[in-house]
Amino acid sequence: MQEFLLNNMPNVSAHWSDFIEAMKDTLIMELWAGIIAFVIGLVLGVVLTVTKTGGILENKPVYKVIDSVINLFRSIPFIILLTALMPLSRLVMGTAIYVRGAIVPLVFGCTPFFTRQVEAALAETDYGLIEAALSMGSSPVEVIFRVYLRESTAALARATTITAISLLGLTAMAGAVGAGGLGDFAIRYGHDRNMTDITWATVIVLVIAVSLVQWLGGHIAKKNTH
Amino acid sequence: MIELKHIVKEFNDNGRDVHAVNDVSITVNDGDIYGIIGFSGAGKSTLVRCINLLGRPNSGEVIIDGTDITRLPARELREARKKIGMIFQHFNLMPSRTVAGNVAYPLKGSGLSKDEINKKVQKLLEMVEISDKAGAYPSQLSGGQKQRVAIARALANDPKILLCDEATSALDPQTTHSILKLLKKLNKELGITIVVITHEMDVIKTICNKVAVMEKGNVVESGDVMTVFTKPEAKLTRDFIKSTSNLSKAEEFLRDGNPTTRLKPGEVMARLNYNNVRVSEPIISTAILKYQVYMNIILADVEIVGDLSIGGTVVIISGEADNINKALEYFESQNVNVEVIKDARVSA
Repeated sequence: MQEFLLNNMPNVSAHWSDFIEAMKDTLIMELWAGIIAFVIGLVLGVVLTVTKTGGILENKPVYKVIDSVINLFRSIPFIILLTALMPLSRLVMGTAIYVRGAIVPLVFGCTPFFTRQVEAALAETDYGLIEAALSMGSSPVEVIFRVYLRESTAALARATTITAISLLGLTAMAGAVGAGGLGDFAIRYGHDRNMTDITWATVIVLVIAVSLVQWLGGHIAKKNTH
Repeated sequence: MIELKHIVKEFNDNGRDVHAVNDVSITVNDGDIYGIIGFSGAGKSTLVRCINLLGRPNSGEVIIDGTDITRLPARELREARKKIGMIFQHFNLMPSRTVAGNVAYPLKGSGLSKDEINKKVQKLLEMVEISDKAGAYPSQLSGGQKQRVAIARALANDPKILLCDEATSALDPQTTHSILKLLKKLNKELGITIVVITHEMDVIKTICNKVAVMEKGNVVESGDVMTVFTKPEAKLTRDFIKSTSNLSKAEEFLRDGNPTTRLKPGEVMARLNYNNVRVSEPIISTAILKYQVYMNIILADVEIVGDLSIGGTVVIISGEADNINKALEYFESQNVNVEVIKDARVSA
């Protein structure tokens, strides 16, 4: 391996520890932002689903507000979000740079997207199931957990997969605010210093990462489809 | 006992109000199998959803065993719903759960231990004769099996009422029959009150003791199935009764030019509708012997309700023109309504 790298990817070999560091940074951003976005997105997606017209807890004002806020954030290009949210980042994380500084914009960039994905996944639930659950005396909370979420596990796994992969793309962009990570690594060395082998190595790592996420998501979805 | 009083339910469909149910009052007694029949859009599904308030009526009272459940707070309403089972046209089983998981669904939070729940599920599945499928997923079951599971699930909390919303409409005739048999058995063995929504008169005929006929949000006729069948008053009721009989095939035969409808000169094809004819009267033989006519029975569909026969026959009568007329008059005098379908008598 070492020898292969030395011969074919000399720059990767020379900057090996930076490369490892970049992978770690990407992983940390992906996990932190992903977990936070997952929780918030799931909650907002559920709230949207139950408050929309005809939902089990129909509430037009709540729906309208969340719906509009999500549309607002989805319309802002991520690169602008990165800079626009710097003050908030400083407030929440104490810094607007490094991996810590990237988490806030990543969450803001990713959550609205995931919320829509969750909303779409839950919308696939046959309303007959909701009706059946209500007829058996289930409370709205029970309907959410025991019907909506439980019966949409496969669709939610697919939604999470798509979001996780798109988040991976966002973390690369976060390199622009000095967040580090694979995107930053590829730009600084691969592009700026014309070390093409570094670009290739980064792409290979990302392909592997995407494939892993896709495989895992597909596996969970399949296990939950009967 | 279920008492629906002056139920009104309106929907707003693109800005225009639709009266789905228009001031309907019905009473279902304990142990009844109460049928509500109507074409799609008659408001029967909307009405049945008012019984467990899946759809809240705009006005009216839903009194179950003396309690107006429209006034109950949410928590108490949920408890009340546990005593009102419901099954659906499309079964509505949860695809991610096994058969046993589906039946156990309503038992969570009922205070039973895991062991007790398992036992109860087993018992329920035995009752609907599908215990061998406990570990299967709904997607592996046939329609009839799915409905059995749905029935077991609906009965999990020992309800006193079972609502069936077009429960057999997605099933083939044989399966329909077996599900109806099961419902009747449950009614008998558990004493459960059943409300059946359907558009098929056969379903009413097979299991119900009471029936309400609905049209455009109104109940146009209701009462004992026997009374409604023997003395239908509304036109819609008569149409429904006709729809269950095969006597209407006569027109089809005629239209398709079926050989049986080719009359020889002098013959008459007629439908004889029995209105409360006593079973003991041999009217056809009497007509044949008394007026010396030949009668060829093409179609017959007679049901015996009590000691009355309802339904009728489609016959081809031949003989002397005068005798044929007399025979037809005789039928009319015996409470048999005569409808001449095709006439090949030579007009004078």
